[in-house]
Amino acid sequence: MTKQTLVVIGNGMVGHHFLETLAGSDVRDRYEIVTFCEEPRLAYDRVHLSAYFSGKTAADLSLVQSGFYEQHGITVHVGDKAVAIDRDRRTVTSEKGIEIGYDRLVLATGSYPFVPPIPGHERKGCLVYRTIEDLEQIVAAAQTATIGAVVGGGLLGLEAAKALKDLGLDTHVVEFAPRLMAVQIDEGGGAMLRHKIEALGVQVHTGKNTTNIGDGDERRHKMQFADGEELETDIILFSAGIRPRDELARAAGLETGPRGGIVIDNQCRTSDDAIHAIGECALWNERIFGLVAPGYQMARTVVERLAGKESQFTGADMSTKLKLMGVDVASIGDAHARTPGARCYTYQNEPRELYKKMVVSADGKQLLGAVLVGDAAEYDTLLQYCLNGIELPIDPDSLILPQRDGSAGFGLGPDALPDSAQICSCYSVSKGRICEAIDAGCSDLFALKAETSASTGCGGCAALLKSVLDSELAKRGLEVNTDICEHFPYTRQDLYHLVRVNDIRSFDELIEQHGRGLGCDICKPAVASILAACWNDYVLNDEHAGLQDTNDHALANMQKNGTYSIVPRVPGGEITPDQMIAMAEVAKKYNLYTKITGAQRIDLFGARLEQLPDIWKELIDAGLESGHAYAKALRTVKSCVGSTWCRYGVDDSVGLAIELENRYKGLRAPHKLKMAVSGCTRECAEAQGKDVGVIATENGWNLYVCGNGGMKPRHADLFATDLDRETLIRYIDRFFMFYIKTADRLQRTSVWMENLEGGLDYLKSVIIDDRLGICAELEQQMAAIIGTYQCEWKTTISDESKRKRFRHFINSDLPDSNIVFVDERGQIRPTREEERKHIRVAVVG
Amino acid sequence: MKNVNAAKQNREGQWVDVCAVEELPPNSGVCALVADSQVAVFYLTKDKTIYAVDNYDPFSKANVLSRGIIGDVKGEVVVASPIYKQHFSLKSGQCLEDASVRIATYPVRVVGDRVQLGHREAVGQPFCRR
Ligand code: SRM
Ligand SMILES: Cc1cc2nc3c(=O)[nH]c(=O)nc-3n(C[C@H](O)[C@H](O)[C@H](O)COP(=O)(O)OP(=O)(O)OC[C@H]3O[C@@H](n4cnc5c(N)ncnc54)[C@H](O)[C@@H]3O)c2cc1C
Ligand code: SF4
Ligand code: FES
Repeated sequence: MTKQTLVVIGNGMVGHHFLETLAGSDVRDRYEIVTFCEEPRLAYDRVHLSAYFSGKTAADLSLVQSGFYEQHGITVHVGDKAVAIDRDRRTVTSEKGIEIGYDRLVLATGSYPFVPPIPGHERKGCLVYRTIEDLEQIVAAAQTATIGAVVGGGLLGLEAAKALKDLGLDTHVVEFAPRLMAVQIDEGGGAMLRHKIEALGVQVHTGKNTTNIGDGDERRHKMQFADGEELETDIILFSAGIRPRDELARAAGLETGPRGGIVIDNQCRTSDDAIHAIGECALWNERIFGLVAPGYQMARTVVERLAGKESQFTGADMSTKLKLMGVDVASIGDAHARTPGARCYTYQNEPRELYKKMVVSADGKQLLGAVLVGDAAEYDTLLQYCLNGIELPIDPDSLILPQRDGSAGFGLGPDALPDSAQICSCYSVSKGRICEAIDAGCSDLFALKAETSASTGCGGCAALLKSVLDSELAKRGLEVNTDICEHFPYTRQDLYHLVRVNDIRSFDELIEQHGRGLGCDICKPAVASILAACWNDYVLNDEHAGLQDTNDHALANMQKNGTYSIVPRVPGGEITPDQMIAMAEVAKKYNLYTKITGAQRIDLFGARLEQLPDIWKELIDAGLESGHAYAKALRTVKSCVGSTWCRYGVDDSVGLAIELENRYKGLRAPHKLKMAVSGCTRECAEAQGKDVGVIATENGWNLYVCGNGGMKPRHADLFATDLDRETLIRYIDRFFMFYIKTADRLQRTSVWMENLEGGLDYLKSVIIDDRLGICAELEQQMAAIIGTYQCEWKTTISDESKRKRFRHFINSDLPDSNIVFVDERGQIRPTREEERKHIRVAVVG
Repeated sequence: MKNVNAAKQNREGQWVDVCAVEELPPNSGVCALVADSQVAVFYLTKDKTIYAVDNYDPFSKANVLSRGIIGDVKGEVVVASPIYKQHFSLKSGQCLEDASVRIATYPVRVVGDRVQLGHREAVGQPFCRR
């Protein structure tokens, strides 16, 4: 088959995204691809352009992986602008004289900053803010300036003002409208924003119509306004909106809008079938989308169309959340309450400088829009309500009012989600699709996953998928099956009891007496965890080894290419130079990728299975221990530096964190456990985001429980205050054992708490008042586990038969030839699939 | 091709000796090298059977299946990929989640106390009772 030629004009954010998507699609091979890039460099991240001022280089901002275009055989003419399209001959001509015939043409020419035709606007020192070259000019001009003015108080104008401020200029914002960000936010929000921005030292002038720019008396320019006032400044930065770059299209006779923009249909086709337009140059339904996400959507639509799929671009949500000069601002939907009958709830808190508004439908049931200034924490929840048309609670304002009782506020349960809500983002599976599959007979997770692909990507949506399944089954009057899997007619909690009460020591015993079949990858790891929590045997004993999930299987975390990562324990985050040297030496010797983790530890990546015992031998000889990063067990106890060094610390948070980490290390649980200790209420250890968090007070320690970061963050509940060390530890012992006894498999303490009948009060009555009379037993069970702790890696390396498990081949000492690394920023990384095709993999054997 | 291989295999010597039966961990897997193929070998104690399939996981494109958990799904003996958890039948290599994916199986036999594997395309039982 001869290839068709596809030409893309413009290598901005959307043009590049288009090429990237195309390169990853099945139809890539059908085209010879050529692109014209007017700017002197390949696509870069315009959204984060301002980061250029805070030290990011053009290379940092680049969106193009080095070698990407070469690898995919895409021809790019950098620094060459397309100057004509001949639609009859189907050719594109460039400034440098290149002429190329096309079968398909994609216009991704973006937009340019609009400069109002004020007399004097072309003077030297009148600049715009769109490209890296613009920024370079601004920096140069700022060197001899002391005052800067931005014309335009919209989103970009304020960002530009921040840049001038950071360059050390006295900064003014001049806005024509009576308030800032008039498009996105309402009057109240605009006023609060203005207040906050002025407090940062930027002067705001609203309702100002600039009529002339001329020579200044003291500064370079004088701006004159319609109301007779004047402003002298050295630099003028125009940020008065954007205009689509449709000049090529217009000259070629394509249909354009009355106020500019290349007209496209739902397939992103222009008035010529062979030509598409995407991104900020495209006019869809009389709208230009000045954000990058809709442009990306258009790019994907075109690629899918080329692949013969039915996809359509049907508009995009323009809600935004951003931080402007450190101020949170968000706008959702109909922020101006333009819908007939719309009504508003407003919450304003002057001392804390917060402004929140909700716009609801006449019947009070739907959220139409919202404005948040000063704190945008509610953005995600409000957006879900708005996009999905979810019915609001009886008191809608509860969504924006502060929760003073410490409760977590309103989350959204599975029932509240509409059919269109996306459950699995990896495979784009909606709740409606899941309900259809349930109706078609999928009555368990296994069937549902096979049918819809939901939860077969990153797995992040598994819990939500399960809750949708349960709630839908219940609705259909079907019994919700709480059995852990087809092999045991019991819940995890039941199994825990069976193991304890009947003194069961192995999976084989349990399945023989209480289950059926062989077991599977659901019940085996769950039972392994229960056995470990009850009897704390070495997990790689013959009768337990085959039960262990991916990571426990090798006592290390498996990575995408089958290699492993290694995380030694660093209790409380305290680490000696010698320990660091030991880790560094191991990393160097085995050429491991090294990274600081998100939990105050060091992770060494890229070890092959057969290297693990040798590596651990060296780490253990240097005094390090297993960090259990591979296990559903205690991970870290994060700490802040505390009273030992910090001028605010009221107690020794590091000391307590180390004590707690050493106490609970190795404790296996239904899911991983994380803890933290902060030395004062500033909370630098983020203890309120952990399963167990401790914060020092003047009178002891405050204990928080059931916090969670991760996919669905939950603020921890304050459980008890001003505890002494001994009581604190007693409560934590009881809390952990009670959780281990009663939680479901893979249920973090946060979700466990949300499902616990009676909630926090009940938990307090069990742990503090010993309502069930089990506290002595819980403490004793915890003591047994602490007493039998072993470093699993130490046990492993000292037993030759266990070390043998770590060979890649049972009949050869060769390594896995499929594991190939390349260099990136001075360290190894796994090869990507497309790279593997180019690197010849030696075949062993 | 198939026939040629099958015929060859009937001759002694086309079987590759990989390890002693005792070296197979109970209810768990190991990986064996047979010519240039990586084979995942599992020993299930309940039915005293040894199974052999590809070690290569077509979803993650990594050689890891021998490190997966074995068990059954509605009676079908399977291994679950340790990376993205798809299930593969140990008898046929069929992926349960995706009808279009099937991994290769390898003939297995036990001679004395030794486990022997046949070649990839060879016809033969991909499992063997002890
Ligand atoms: C290595 C690390 C990222 C990093 O480079 O910083 C990491 C890496 C992984 N995280 Fe994490 N998480 C890491 C810190 C965190 C944190 C931050 C923290 O602990 O303070 C969080 C949020 C806090 C929390 O858990 O509440 C975090 C929330 C998650 C979640 C979501 C959990 C949730 O309840 O929503 C998962 C998925 C899961 O567990 O099901 C996850 C799962 C994973 C897994 C195990 C995914 C997987 O199955 O491959 C990653 C592999 C670990 C590995 O070493 O190969 N990781 N992960 C961090 C290791 C910390 C350590 O020293 O042990
Ligand atoms: C400072 C700043 C902050 C922003 N912040 C955000 C944000 O927070 N969120 C958000 O969603 N969006 C933001 N945006 C908007 C976002 O950058 C744009 O929506 C996005 O870049 C549009 O992509 P595009 O490819 O359509 O246009 P562009 O990125 O402008 O790319 C068009 C490219 O085509 C080239 N070109 C034009 N004509 C020709 C020709 N004839 N021949 C060859 N090449 C040509 C241009 O030189 C340009 O390189 C911001 C923009 C700026 C400037
Ligand atoms: S939490 Fe308190 S003691 Fe700890 S570092 Fe922060 S301010 Fe200092
Ligand atoms: S979100 Fe469903 S698998 Fe990733």
